[in-house]
Amino acid sequence: MIAERPLLEVNGLKKHFPIRGGWLGGITANVYAVDGVTFDINRGETLSLVGESGCGKSTVGKAILRLFKLTDGEVYLAGERIDTMRAGRLRMMRKRVQVVFQDPFSSLNPRMRVRDIVAEPLINFGMAHGRKDLNDKVAALMEKVRLPRDAIDRFPHEFSGGQRQRIGIARALAPGADLIVCDEAVSALDVSVKAQIVNLLADLQDELGLALLFISHDLATVEHLTHRVAVMYLGKIVELADRRTLFATPHHPYTRALLSAVPVPDPTAKRQRIILKGDVPSPIDPPSGCRFHTRCPFVFDRCRTEEPALRPVGDKHLSACHLDEVPGDKLLPHAA
Amino acid sequence: MSATTPQHLAAPALPAILPVPKERGRFAGFIYRHPTIFVGGVLIGLMILIALLAPYLGTKDPTALAPSKRTREPSALYWFGTDMLGRDVYSRTMYGSRVSLAVGFSVAVCASVLGTFIGLVAGFVRVLDAVVMRAMDGLMSIPPILLAIALMALTRASVQNVIVAISIAEFPRVSRLVRGLVLSLREQPYVEAAIASGTRVPAIIWKHILSNTLAPLMVQATFICASAMITEATLSFIGAGTPPTIPSWGNIMAEGRALWQVKPYIVFFPAIFLSITVLAVNLLGDGLRDALDPRLAKRL
Repeated sequence: MIAERPLLEVNGLKKHFPIRGGWLGGITANVYAVDGVTFDINRGETLSLVGESGCGKSTVGKAILRLFKLTDGEVYLAGERIDTMRAGRLRMMRKRVQVVFQDPFSSLNPRMRVRDIVAEPLINFGMAHGRKDLNDKVAALMEKVRLPRDAIDRFPHEFSGGQRQRIGIARALAPGADLIVCDEAVSALDVSVKAQIVNLLADLQDELGLALLFISHDLATVEHLTHRVAVMYLGKIVELADRRTLFATPHHPYTRALLSAVPVPDPTAKRQRIILKGDVPSPIDPPSGCRFHTRCPFVFDRCRTEEPALRPVGDKHLSACHLDEVPGDKLLPHAA
Repeated sequence: MSATTPQHLAAPALPAILPVPKERGRFAGFIYRHPTIFVGGVLIGLMILIALLAPYLGTKDPTALAPSKRTREPSALYWFGTDMLGRDVYSRTMYGSRVSLAVGFSVAVCASVLGTFIGLVAGFVRVLDAVVMRAMDGLMSIPPILLAIALMALTRASVQNVIVAISIAEFPRVSRLVRGLVLSLREQPYVEAAIASGTRVPAIIWKHILSNTLAPLMVQATFICASAMITEATLSFIGAGTPPTIPSWGNIMAEGRALWQVKPYIVFFPAIFLSITVLAVNLLGDGLRDALDPRLAKRL
C-alpha cells in the first residue's frame, strides 16, 4: 500500500541571490539565502520554521509561493511539481497556497477597500458568480475572521494591527487554500493581540483542515500552535522534530541555545542559559563545514571541515550535528 | 495568458484617488488644515474663469491695431494701457491666460503620461532599466529651457509645438519618479500577496502599482505645470515660442521690453498675472503634497 503523499514536499530547496557589481554589472558574489532545505507538510498539519533573522526562513516561504524562481530543488504541492510549472497553470495552483505577511501595514494595499482586498482572489480564480454572490462570500469570510460586517467598506488605515492581520487572513482564506504560509504573521503584534490571532489560526485550522507553514523567530509562540518544528540556521535546517520532542529533548546545540533564550514567566526560575557569542556569519560567505561551528559551544575539529548531514536521532527526529552520530552519545552535555 | 481583456479587469471599481474630498462635511476643517490648497485652488479657478470668459470681460479684439492710440497710460478706457501698436494690453493679458493655462495643463498631462509609461517600463523590465534611465539622465542634464529652444528651432512656431517641446524637456523627471516608486512598490508585501492570489500582471500594475503612484504623480504634475508656464513665457519672450500673432504673456512682455523704461505697465501686467498663476499652481502642489503624504517632501 502506498501512503498518501504529503500536501507539500520540499526537496533540496536552494535559493541564491546574485550580487551584481563592477562596472559591467556582472555577478560578483551570491547570497546563499537557502542552501538545501528538505521537509514536508501533511494536510491539516502545522510546521513551524524557526530561526534568527536572516537565516532564510522567509525565503523558504516565498519560494513555496513561487514569488521567484528557485536556484535548485523541487517543490511538490499535492503531488504536482510547482517549481517548474508554467505561469498559466501555476496561476490556478496558487489558490491552494496563500500567504499572511508579517507587517499588517504594508501587506494591504492602502488604496483598496477591504471588500476589494478580500474579493480580489475570489475574482481572480472565478469563484464568485455575480455581484451578490461575491458580497455574500466576502461577508462570510469577514465572519470567519470575526470582523464586523460594516468593515468591508472601509480602508485598511482605519483598522488596528490585529484587525488588519484578520483582513490579511480573510484574503488568504478566500480562495479556499489548503496551505497558508504565515510569514512572521504575529511577530508585529503585541502580546494580547498575538494570542487572539494565534487562537484564530488554530480555530480555522480545526474548522477548515488547513495546513500551516508558520514562519517565526519566536519559539514561545510556536509552542502553542505547532505540530512539528524545523529549526533553521544560515540557510539550512539543523533540526526537525515533533513539537514535544523538540522542546523536551533538543539535540542540536543551536536549538538548545534558542530554547534557553525563551523567556520563562517566573522571575525566580534559575536556568542555565546558553549565550551564543558573535553574530550570524554572512550568508554571502558561509563558514566551511558545519555552518554553526563559529558560534557553537561544543565545536571540535571535525566541525570546521566536514558538514554534518541531517540524520535521524529518534522517532521522526532529525538533527544535523556530528555529536549526534552515535545515538545516546555521552559527549553531548545537557545544557538545559 | 489570453490576449483578450480578462473579465476581472472591468469588474471592481477603481479605488478613489483621493480619499480626502470624501469628507465633504468637514470642508471647513479641510481648508483650515490645508490653506495652501484652498488659496491655490481659488486662484487657479479664477484664472481658468478668465481664460474661458475672456471675450465677455469687457475686452476688445486683442490683435486689433490702433496706431493713433499707441502707448496710452492705464486709464478708465484702457485699464492696462495700450502697447506700441495701440493694442489694448488688458484684452491681450486676458486672452494671454488661455495660452499659458493651455500650455501648462497640456504639458503636465503629456509629460505625466509619457513619463509614467517610461517609468513603468524601466521599473518592470529590468533589462531596459539601465539603458532607459541613462537616456533620461542625459535628457535631464540639459536645462529644460535650452532643450525646448533647440526643439523649437527644429520646428515651426506654434502652440502645439511649444507643448511638445516643453513636454519632452519635462518628462524625464516624471519617469525617474515613477521608476523609483515602481521599484519600491513592486517589493511591497501586498503586491506579493496579489501575485500569490493569482492576480495577472496588468491588474497588478493597474490596481496595486499605478493607484499608489497617483498621489505623488499629481504633485509632480502640478510642479511641471508651473514650470511649463514659465518656460512657455520665456520661450515667447525670446521669440522662440508662441507665434507673435497669438497674444501670450511672454509675447506681450517681449513686445513691451523695448519700452520698459518709459512704459513699464506693458510688461508689468502680464508679468503679475504670470507670477500669480505660477504661485497658485505651486501653492496647490505644495498643499497636495502635504495633504497626500508628508514624507513625499523628501522624494521630490
